[in-house]
Amino acid sequence: MTRYLPWLGGLALIGLPFVYTAPYPMHILIIILIWSFAYTSWSVMGRFGLVSLGHGGFMGIGAYATALAWNYWHISPWIGAPMALLAGALLAVVVAYPCFRFRIIGHYFALVTLALSGIVLQVITATRDYTGGSLGYTPERYQSGSSFYALQFTGKTTWYLIALGVWAAGLYVWHRVDRSMLRYALEAISEDEDGAAAAGVHVTLEKLKITVLSAAMTALAGALYCQYQMFISPDTVSGIAVSLQMVFAVVVGGIYVPLGPTVGAVITILLAEVLRVSFGTRAVGWDNLVYGILLVIFIIFLPKGILGSLLALRRAS
Amino acid sequence: MAIFDIFLLEALLNGVLLGGVLALLSLGLNLIFGVIDVVWICYAELIMLGMYGMYFLYTVYHAPIVAAAAVCIVAVAILGVLLHVLVIAPLLGAAPINQLLATGGVLFFLQSAATVLFGVEFKNLGLRLPVLKAAGMFISYSRLLAFVAALVGMVLVYLFMTRTYTGTAIRAIAQDRQIIPLMGVNSRRIYLVTSALGGGLAGLAACLLVLQYDVHPFVGLSFGPITFLICVLGSLGNFVGGFVAAFVFAEIIALGGLYLDLEWGYVFAFAFFIVMMFVRPEGLMARRS
Amino acid sequence: MLKIAGLTKRFGGFTAVSNVSFEVEKGEILGLIGPNGSGKSTIFNMVSGTLAPNSGSIQFDGREIAGQPPHRIINLGIGRTFQIPRPFRRLSLVENVVLAGFYGQGRRSRREAFEAAERALGLVGLPTDRGATVEGLGAAALKKLELAKALATAPKLLLADESLSGLDEHEMDQAADLLRRICRDLDVTIVWVEHIMGVLMRVVDRVMVLDHGEKIAEGQPAAVASDPRVIEVYLGTQAAAVRAAAGAARA
Repeated sequence: MTRYLPWLGGLALIGLPFVYTAPYPMHILIIILIWSFAYTSWSVMGRFGLVSLGHGGFMGIGAYATALAWNYWHISPWIGAPMALLAGALLAVVVAYPCFRFRIIGHYFALVTLALSGIVLQVITATRDYTGGSLGYTPERYQSGSSFYALQFTGKTTWYLIALGVWAAGLYVWHRVDRSMLRYALEAISEDEDGAAAAGVHVTLEKLKITVLSAAMTALAGALYCQYQMFISPDTVSGIAVSLQMVFAVVVGGIYVPLGPTVGAVITILLAEVLRVSFGTRAVGWDNLVYGILLVIFIIFLPKGILGSLLALRRAS
Repeated sequence: MAIFDIFLLEALLNGVLLGGVLALLSLGLNLIFGVIDVVWICYAELIMLGMYGMYFLYTVYHAPIVAAAAVCIVAVAILGVLLHVLVIAPLLGAAPINQLLATGGVLFFLQSAATVLFGVEFKNLGLRLPVLKAAGMFISYSRLLAFVAALVGMVLVYLFMTRTYTGTAIRAIAQDRQIIPLMGVNSRRIYLVTSALGGGLAGLAACLLVLQYDVHPFVGLSFGPITFLICVLGSLGNFVGGFVAAFVFAEIIALGGLYLDLEWGYVFAFAFFIVMMFVRPEGLMARRS
Repeated sequence: MLKIAGLTKRFGGFTAVSNVSFEVEKGEILGLIGPNGSGKSTIFNMVSGTLAPNSGSIQFDGREIAGQPPHRIINLGIGRTFQIPRPFRRLSLVENVVLAGFYGQGRRSRREAFEAAERALGLVGLPTDRGATVEGLGAAALKKLELAKALATAPKLLLADESLSGLDEHEMDQAADLLRRICRDLDVTIVWVEHIMGVLMRVVDRVMVLDHGEKIAEGQPAAVASDPRVIEVYLGTQAAAVRAAAGAARA
């Protein structure tokens, strides 16, 4: 029975928008799916001890590159998003290659990537003549209503299905990496880089592979977010806060289990929504306040995350 | 051309002045990393709280500025100790990255606590220090004061580290953490003193930065990342390296700010950092073996 | 097969290996002995690419490999074991060896890697079932795992670093026989670094002695063991062991 559970769950998720279409819950679901995908992208590399605090940067690149390509050169997001993805991957190579080549690991890697997400935010702000700076940016509407060419849809159902597909693809990538030789190499590297090299692993190359994969996925999440929300600002898609938010959600959900990031996204986004709905504008800041405390508590008392701990409990009993 | 040169010189000089404050920031962070082996990601947020402390004491409650500064330094030092006791100490045995992420959680908490308590508006001391005119250049007193105070602060730390028993123990641990059990020192006490010292330096930096910049809940983000880069470039835990790197970065930011926006100064600094990793991967100050 | 000339490595002011030259013939077992800190492991680290030499050349099958990265050197056919076993605890026992089989053989195929791993594990006498973990393996089993990892990379030349320290008499004999078998049956040339001379002298074809980073003797085990300079180096704690080893070699 448990074998068919994922398929049944998948079918239920696909069928959902055809029976239930209330806009607000649909919106929350779409947002959860997009962020789940972003968090899964982070954990694809984060689970191997490669803690990047630069993913806010990759997400920002993804979102802004897609929007800028559309507004300035009228490049359809169908081309623009892959371009943005490539840009994210390129940035990942430029920053990660010297880090890996020269053994910048652990703390050092986290700090360098942290600076990266700070810098991407600075660049978006500094180029305010093109990006609107901290006020945010809107991709131009194409004609009115929905357009496949412009990847703009007014209906929530379409977006829900797109987000669901991308999210599932993210899980599939996680699964593929989990079953691959790359996983063996990265687990070995996370324990002992010299030992891994002595077993024949090209340490720099293998680390770069997973980083580029993770960065490109995160850039795609940014592009998707941009197309769905039709509004982006440096603070919502880039910067240190977004990077930490990713880490936080993954740690809460569980870093070593495939659905951990998704559980993390569900919890954090519902928490923020509940606070927003019940306190209105007075809630500004409260969600992050709660996040911050929860993050500290989780790391001290439940480092495997909620889903990770539950699964470990079930295995033990 | 003459005017251009004056601007250049002014920017260079401002870079030196900025370097003093950045050196102070990196010293605090390096001290904590060197001794306790953790990075306080939320270091700049402690400074932000210190800046708010100055704002409220001086501008709202009209305390004398020197007394306000003293209170702030002590208060942030206490915050540093609290951070260590509440967050770092329970995680001393955990994976290093968990300690780093936990302080990331504290960053979130402090930012949003400031948002909730103080609002997102920019606030400043309302104190306008005169501008010094010399040889056609404009150098603000607040920057000069910050530079001098930062140097004094660093000299005081230096004296503490070389003249006192506790300071010597801290230096010894920073150089080689293996010796802790050999020295017979109480590592818990050393950690607390170091945290207080690191916090105190953040408090001092806050008093100096609030003279030049407005305070808002996210002000830490504008100098936190640059401080981390400085520490990595100077080799984490290496006090001299951090000092030198601080001035190098400050000049890049100042010159970048001269020709473009200040934000581009940061971008150049980051680009410089990436290039330096290729040139001197062991860190700026490391001797080649 | 391996031709080393004028190899030198300095760490700051300290010269760990000084102008060492030697050759390894195909099919032989060369013993490399010397007191602690005499430069044995440093030589291994240079040959396997973990360290780059300051000067000198390392030729493997006529190709210069000095300063190449470790993963490339392994793919050329030089495997190594570490003095202190370095198992990957997040991988299962089999996965440890599969990793080496996959990446050490130039990432050919998953299936081949699993086959190589099973062969290597069987040869050293470790379980091949997928569920076995690294946790709880004793010193002898960890040494075997090191060896299996190195063998899974299908080496032509095996650098075995002090494979026997920490084992009891019986386990030592077993391990020595295993090296002998690997050399003979798998046609693997071996350089064997060891503290414990007794067993080594019985198994190796030739032996080379290092002291303070310099080569002080090389030749047949019996001749080397009676060399006055070698006896001087080992004088004191190990002098008796050297004499015993010489006796064993002659027998």
